[in-house]
Amino acid sequence: MDHAAGKPVEPRVTEAMLPYMESSFGNASSLHVFGQEAKRALEDARAKVAALINAEKRESIIFTSGATESNNMAIKGVANRNKDHGTRIITSAIEHMSVVNSFKFLTTRGFESVFVPVDKYGFVILENLEKVLTDKTIFVSIVYANGEIGTVEHIREISKIVHSKNAYFHVDATAACGQVPIDVKNENIDLLTISSNDMYGPKGVGALYIKAGVPVEPLLHGGGQERGLRSGTENLPGIVGFGKAAEIAKREMQTNSVQLTKLRDRFIDGLLKPIPYSFLNGHPTERLPDNVSVRYSFIEGESMLLSLDMIGVYASSGSACTAKTLEPSHVLLAIGLKHEEAHGSLMFTLGKENTAEQVDYVIGLMPAIVKRLRAISPLTPKELNV
Amino acid sequence: MMYTEKVMEHFRNPRNMGEIPDADGIGTVGNPVCGDLMTIYIKVKDGRLEDIKFKTFGCGSAIATSSMITELAKGKTLEEGMKITRANVADSLGGLPPVKMHCSNLAADALHAAIEDYFKRQKAKEVKG
Repeated sequence: MDHAAGKPVEPRVTEAMLPYMESSFGNASSLHVFGQEAKRALEDARAKVAALINAEKRESIIFTSGATESNNMAIKGVANRNKDHGTRIITSAIEHMSVVNSFKFLTTRGFESVFVPVDKYGFVILENLEKVLTDKTIFVSIVYANGEIGTVEHIREISKIVHSKNAYFHVDATAACGQVPIDVKNENIDLLTISSNDMYGPKGVGALYIKAGVPVEPLLHGGGQERGLRSGTENLPGIVGFGKAAEIAKREMQTNSVQLTKLRDRFIDGLLKPIPYSFLNGHPTERLPDNVSVRYSFIEGESMLLSLDMIGVYASSGSACTAKTLEPSHVLLAIGLKHEEAHGSLMFTLGKENTAEQVDYVIGLMPAIVKRLRAISPLTPKELNV
Repeated sequence: MMYTEKVMEHFRNPRNMGEIPDADGIGTVGNPVCGDLMTIYIKVKDGRLEDIKFKTFGCGSAIATSSMITELAKGKTLEEGMKITRANVADSLGGLPPVKMHCSNLAADALHAAIEDYFKRQKAKEVKG
């Protein structure tokens, strides 16, 4: 139940990819028949990804090596290409590290990075955004939905604010795309990051949607593939798989989301109700269908993960101890949690193969796990000021 | 699994977990802010650690190191207790992941703090006495 970290590739996706790994070894830039077949497959996948987000044309989709590259390309590419417009670039306090660190990098290159705060649910505070948004702002980058706490941002409203100052609007839809309907035309999004694996496609492939007319400087220079914006021979099997995953997501998203949302709410309810001093991270309803993020006072996340791991249940935590750094997640701190509260977080991301029985099984395990760890812990309600 | 079987065994079945209400010395190290907080309680008789218990808020290795140090220290003299190092604790557990060596390996410090607290209390008694 840790699908945010990696999803199984859909069997239908694998099947679609196989021919391109075994026999269709053409390079899409070659003129001969194999090359033309590769080119056709590439453009077919591009059209499917474009259709998923209702892009105006398939040429707006640039294939990359994944969401991290797409975010880097959008942020550095738009900033560098539009320097004459100003130096201010804006994002939120709950972005993925590929966004955070791209912004930090650009700060060392003379740009002025502004991180807009979020409220206790993780919604970007619109008044704060309006305050820092100037005529000299190049672009604003906001996550569609944060994968850690699941909160789905008010993208339409943010888009209106951003465009009122003629800034470009980049949206990181890594966790959201394939789970919730996204319409770049209707929501007026200029650049959109999409990941293949997050919608049951293969890893190592993603895309950046770039609206026609938005100037972007490439990260990779070379043979001029992807309209000169992303050189390097295309990862054809990966791209074909991504296209198939996008096609399936478009068709089955509605059904899957309804099912997952039901499962999610059953899970959240069962994790919180029987256990005192337990809380939900993120918004109760405006959240991704797959995201279950809770916290228990007085105990630490990794010790809960280990306890679950011993019985064969795999989850994730917002805790420092599991990550490479010792700081708790910046996302949990940004929604106003104290360090010790952030350390007590536990996150499940459901997949379409998870069942109500599995959810009930974990619900049944948690009270004993929490009770045992609380018995070991020296913390009490008084010490945590709750 | 990032932990040794020994670490997991102590995590599953921590030894000497709990408090000593009439402890002769108490040592607390760490901070809930960092994600690790440990308290060690000791009972001293004839210069030896007659009883030792712990309470820990923290990750798997924080709990395992707490448990391990109570095993290493129980029955030892106070001098011997002061000589137990973080490295001794980690080695006895078959090693800890590098990222855990600093933050979650505080048990030796907690024991030393408890012994120092014991000495402080003795001194206070002498002054009073």
